Amino acid sequence: MPYEIHRSTRTSRIGVPLTILGTAVLGSLPWWADSSTLRLFVEFACMLAYAQMWNLLAGYAGLVSVGQQAYFGIGGYALFGLAETAHVPPFLCVPLSGLIAALIAVPTSRVVFRLHGGYFAIGTWVVAEVFRLAIANVSVVGGGSGTSLTVMGDIARSTREWTTYWLALALAAGSIALLYGLLRSRFGLALFAIRDNERAAASQGVDIGSTKLRIYLVTAFGCGVAGALYFLMNLRISPDAAFGVNWTAYAIFIVVIGGIGSIEGPIVGAVIFFALRETLADFGTGYLIVLGALAVVTMLRFPQGLWGWLADRFDLNVFPVRRRISKSD
Amino acid sequence: MLLSTRHLEAFYGDFQALFGIDFEIDPGEVVAIIGANGAGKSTFLKALSGLLKAPRDRIWFDGRAIGGMPACEIARLGISMVPEGRRLFPSLSVRENLSIGTHSGRRGPWTPERVLGLFPVLRELLSLPGNAISGGQQQMVAIGRALLANPRLLICDEISLGLAPVAVKGLYDTLPAMLAEGMTLIIVEQDVGLAQRVTQRLYCFQEGRVSLQGRSGELSRSAISRAYFGV
Amino acid sequence: MSLLGALDMLLQGVLTGGLYALFAIGLSLMFGVMRLVNIAHGDVIVLGAFLGIAVSAGAGVGLLPVFLLVVPAMFALGYVLQRGVLNATLGRGILPPLLVSFGVSIMIENILLELFSADARSLKAGGLETQSISLGAGLAVGLLPMLTFSAALLCTVALEYLFRRTPLGRAFRAASDDLEAVQLQGIDHRKVFALATAVAFAVVAVAGICLALRTTVTPSDGPGYLLYSFEAVIIGGLGSFWGTFIGALILGVAQAAGFHWDPGWGVLVGHLAFLSVLLVRPRGLFPRTRD
Repeated sequence: MPYEIHRSTRTSRIGVPLTILGTAVLGSLPWWADSSTLRLFVEFACMLAYAQMWNLLAGYAGLVSVGQQAYFGIGGYALFGLAETAHVPPFLCVPLSGLIAALIAVPTSRVVFRLHGGYFAIGTWVVAEVFRLAIANVSVVGGGSGTSLTVMGDIARSTREWTTYWLALALAAGSIALLYGLLRSRFGLALFAIRDNERAAASQGVDIGSTKLRIYLVTAFGCGVAGALYFLMNLRISPDAAFGVNWTAYAIFIVVIGGIGSIEGPIVGAVIFFALRETLADFGTGYLIVLGALAVVTMLRFPQGLWGWLADRFDLNVFPVRRRISKSD
Repeated sequence: MLLSTRHLEAFYGDFQALFGIDFEIDPGEVVAIIGANGAGKSTFLKALSGLLKAPRDRIWFDGRAIGGMPACEIARLGISMVPEGRRLFPSLSVRENLSIGTHSGRRGPWTPERVLGLFPVLRELLSLPGNAISGGQQQMVAIGRALLANPRLLICDEISLGLAPVAVKGLYDTLPAMLAEGMTLIIVEQDVGLAQRVTQRLYCFQEGRVSLQGRSGELSRSAISRAYFGV
Repeated sequence: MSLLGALDMLLQGVLTGGLYALFAIGLSLMFGVMRLVNIAHGDVIVLGAFLGIAVSAGAGVGLLPVFLLVVPAMFALGYVLQRGVLNATLGRGILPPLLVSFGVSIMIENILLELFSADARSLKAGGLETQSISLGAGLAVGLLPMLTFSAALLCTVALEYLFRRTPLGRAFRAASDDLEAVQLQGIDHRKVFALATAVAFAVVAVAGICLALRTTVTPSDGPGYLLYSFEAVIIGGLGSFWGTFIGALILGVAQAAGFHWDPGWGVLVGHLAFLSVLLVRPRGLFPRTRD
């Protein structure tokens, strides 16, 4: 055959090893960084993972959800429920909470998948609101004012901080690895096909319904884990904090400004988001106006986001998920 | 010369569909465009009607460069298209589908009464939704809609597609009435014999280029065949 | 609950539904013409409310001048927003309109927060808010809710008329069917879309002012009203203004029932009613579109 199929790219050959190295460096952080830096990273990791899940849903499966905060909140409350009530070791609760979120996503999908496009987006939001209002009415978990995670008091502070941090690192790396692995697989091929042309994909035998459902469940799991970890660090949860649409707002900004439909994009976007937040912190709501304006302008002028634009200009691709055909010599 | 194109090229993204089309038509002429599927006929019409962006100075209508103008402006200048597949509006009744043709506000001999005189069967169908009538009737409405804009140039894109021969004959029998009012016509047709019979001149498209042109009556079947298939 | 109590609850629910109908009609219009779901819709309602409050406080004028100033201003704003920003998002898939309107939503909410702070405000109309009409047998309805309900009814009738019997409405319907074919008729779809949004914003302005008269408003209330509007449209069925109107009434009644049972459950029961309709009749109760 005169043609060859490649997966790796020029940048991925340096990029992937560099990323692994970087992860190792980050892993050593607890030994030389202070508590607030660790907390900042945990927050960063949770938001990045949440954004990657939103990216997977919207950028690859074409499902724009404004309701993923439902699973973020469920993850948080599941953690509290398992740790406080069932006395499951708190760190084990984190992945378990993700599973609970995915379980709840099953019946939820039956309802929301009846809607499409923009109406699917708002429908998922309604579902998140239902969870928020329902939990606000349950006094056992503190109702509207929320509750605290007291069992963590039994654990030594540095153990608590360091383990939470490493879990966060695992989450961030895991979400990137999840997208990378998923998209390079046959399942990923199906996703690309659906993204490009749903009808054509269906005619090739791709089961659109089950593919979208599986993505929905996987992202629910991811958002649940992110939520559980966030509130593990926060030690306090309330319905408004857990199910606030602001989580999705931040995810949308991160993904849009960074670059939707690529793995590197949300990483870039998350860095920009946090940089903006730290520098504009004194301006209060002003920073959100800037963020909103940035999202609007980016979507209109640079729909591929900052990373997408860079990748096009300089032919970069750190986490390659597509196959390239080239002539062999 | 009413309409002319000079070295017209057209692209769908990176894909080039037209490679330098030279075309012209005089007032009152009836010209056919024939060619296989994918030859570029529809692309050419899209460029003429403004649905596809063309460079400004490649298309001239009545002395004006119209390339790149928005489709709605070109329609108001007096180019009306009967699009392939009829494309009536399902949310509108037959009556409304016809009357929407008057939107461009051009004055001329074509009124709703005259159009109904041309297609009397439509009188009974006026209150039905646009997609609740037969293909042949839809084609009548589509032509009527285009006529009501009182255009200088009428473009008919494959109006015989999917219709029974008797319906096609019925449609083409109305041609003289249009020509009597001084209409200029471009007809895109799959049926080559029909195209030759009803038109004065003919262009054959093949893979985005004009492969043959001439007076309809003078072109031999074998010449057309060669130009059509590109052998 | 006594029959009288049930009737009263029903009445209050229906009247609240009138306000929700005013909220929802604009959303229904924009989706009907452009297939555009405007996530900023609720924030635009709140914007209308704050504009009314600002004009009333700033210019010290009565209620009628507030309407006469705010409604045309919002009409113009809608036209400019559609023409300048939202038109550019159409025809490129579902992401751009959603994401851009989401960004606009965040901007409106936070700009209002900057200008008005998070304090709850309302519009005073010199006693109009407290007047009521007695219906006998101990039942009474507030004058303001009645007027709001009538305004909603009027807007629904007017929009149906606009859609079904005017050339502009004909252009609206044709544009929603086939964007290319409508351009071939000489119709400038960019203008048509801008007019659709302008009309939607004008109705939203009326809704916002009625809202501010009826209750207090804060800049963060937008998303909640978006959800009510959306639920009303879905319950009623896509493609029909009367459907949206009825859907809004049903939502109002559901919320009233929930609230009656337990004040913390009002909004929640509304959401649950919406989800139930979605499960049982996904196309809504009176759908009219062909999708």
